[in-house]
Amino acid sequence: MKLHWTTGRGPERDSLTRIPLAADQTQTTKKPEREAPKPRDGKEGKNLTEKGKKLKEDMDKLVDEIDEVLEENAEEFVKNYIQRGGE
Amino acid sequence: MAVKKVMGTEVEYGITVINDKDFDPISSCVLLVNSYRDEGSAKILWDYDQENPLADARGFQADGEKYTPNQQENITRNKTLVNGARYYVDHAHPEYSTPECTNVLDLVKHEKAGEVILEHSRRAANVLVPEHCQILVYKNNSDRKGNSYGCHENFLMDRKTSFKQIIEKFIPFLVTRQVYTGAGKVGSENRAGPVKYQISQRSDFFETEVALDTMVKRPIINTRDEPHADREKYRRLHVIVADSNMAEPTIYLKSGTTAIVLSMIEDGVIDTDLVLRDPVRAIKEISHDIACKAKVQLDNGKKLTAIEIQEEFLDLAHKYYATHELDDVTRDVLRRWESVLKRLKEDPDQLNREIDWVIKKELLLAFMNRKDYGWDHPRMSLIDLQYHDIRPEKGLYHLLLRQGKLDRIVTDQDIGDAITEPPVDTRAYFRGRCLQKFGPSIFGVNWDSISFNLEDQPIKRILMAEPLKGTKEHVQELLDKSPTAEEMVKNITAS
Repeated sequence: MKLHWTTGRGPERDSLTRIPLAADQTQTTKKPEREAPKPRDGKEGKNLTEKGKKLKEDMDKLVDEIDEVLEENAEEFVKNYIQRGGE
Repeated sequence: MAVKKVMGTEVEYGITVINDKDFDPISSCVLLVNSYRDEGSAKILWDYDQENPLADARGFQADGEKYTPNQQENITRNKTLVNGARYYVDHAHPEYSTPECTNVLDLVKHEKAGEVILEHSRRAANVLVPEHCQILVYKNNSDRKGNSYGCHENFLMDRKTSFKQIIEKFIPFLVTRQVYTGAGKVGSENRAGPVKYQISQRSDFFETEVALDTMVKRPIINTRDEPHADREKYRRLHVIVADSNMAEPTIYLKSGTTAIVLSMIEDGVIDTDLVLRDPVRAIKEISHDIACKAKVQLDNGKKLTAIEIQEEFLDLAHKYYATHELDDVTRDVLRRWESVLKRLKEDPDQLNREIDWVIKKELLLAFMNRKDYGWDHPRMSLIDLQYHDIRPEKGLYHLLLRQGKLDRIVTDQDIGDAITEPPVDTRAYFRGRCLQKFGPSIFGVNWDSISFNLEDQPIKRILMAEPLKGTKEHVQELLDKSPTAEEMVKNITAS
């Protein structure tokens, strides 16, 4: 069996002193802090056509922004992204 | 009685270096991990001594060689951080394992902190590569060439829970939760049937129901048995099916609902028969149907959709918590679970602010419509990948977040704190604080022990076999009255 405490000051495994971390208090459950969820994008009071038009405009704008940050030469970029299998 | 679901995630990231024809993933990972400046971690060994990845939960020890790096290799591949996390090279991927958390809200903070730590190290490492090259890191699960890497979750369980029960009750949950945990993927892999877009990045890669291996013939239930804790009392269930998620609500729901289901399995309350006829087939059928209407075959002859199966688990959870302690986070998870399933059933597109695969799908469709692309356009695959780019200025998830298009669970402040602060209510607190305060005196560390190299003494290994001991409440006084590691060890042994 390979020893992991090899050179320098590391001693043989058998002379390691093992000490359990003692605990003398009971665990209490703490309430986690949480931010209230942000409200959804409300669009009350607009009729459907306007709503649809605004959504399309938003999406187009988003596409344009993404277009600017997307890596160039998509085909080659994706082709060159190779990983070794992990767990 | 179900034990507290102490939990964590272990995320393997994808890594590449552009314009480097000699790119070697392992040396890039080593450079990346070592580029991160953290107070505690410089020359500390990861203590592999008590690791046993060949132990199988079904009760035997598999044959095989357990790989353990030598000391020098060990120090270069492993960093244990002052927030209690482990950041290291796992085969050819950088991996970030969160510290132990008692609740999924803390888990979200810590998993997200991991992304920031990866990004900080990426920037630092880039200074050292040739100018025309650049290290890029992705939090995803596949490279479109048949290779996959995982997001693993781990949950503390009572060892008395029969593994057979876990297999039977947990498989249907794991196969179906992807409807709200999938990260989305263009196309298919690993000889799965062709599809334009599917729910999960990982589902195609699962080939068997139960097994020990995590890299070949991946199993839905992984039988790795490394409790990293008192093995008479505990099991640490190692779950490998998950997608790596960017959206906070997706991460939150994924591990939050899973913790609930495992508690129910422990307490033996799952009495609905949901056993699937062919889980390996079902996991792909569900992933390949973005309308979420595909019915899968149960062993008892029924056919149910993934949402219907999830609704059964939700129903059981409501009954369970009517008679069991319900904390605030779990209450919130239940509420969200119900809301998400309802909206998925009505129209999955409603989840376009919360669930990764829906968010990504909307992005892809917007592109297709505006540019008149088909699904097989290379930019579709690129969007799929770049959604997971961890750079805030380039990653598409980050772009959407900045524009206020996505819901959040935690704040940037929470994430910032989690980079240096361990959870206060698990042994990660003791680990993190020791690393911060006594770094130079620490010889080696593992999840369940810290070893100190003290003046003129043999190495002292402090055992931490209880994940819920070593909390701030337990050890703050000890830490406060111990200016040196020697003092602290003396104080521990004296008590």
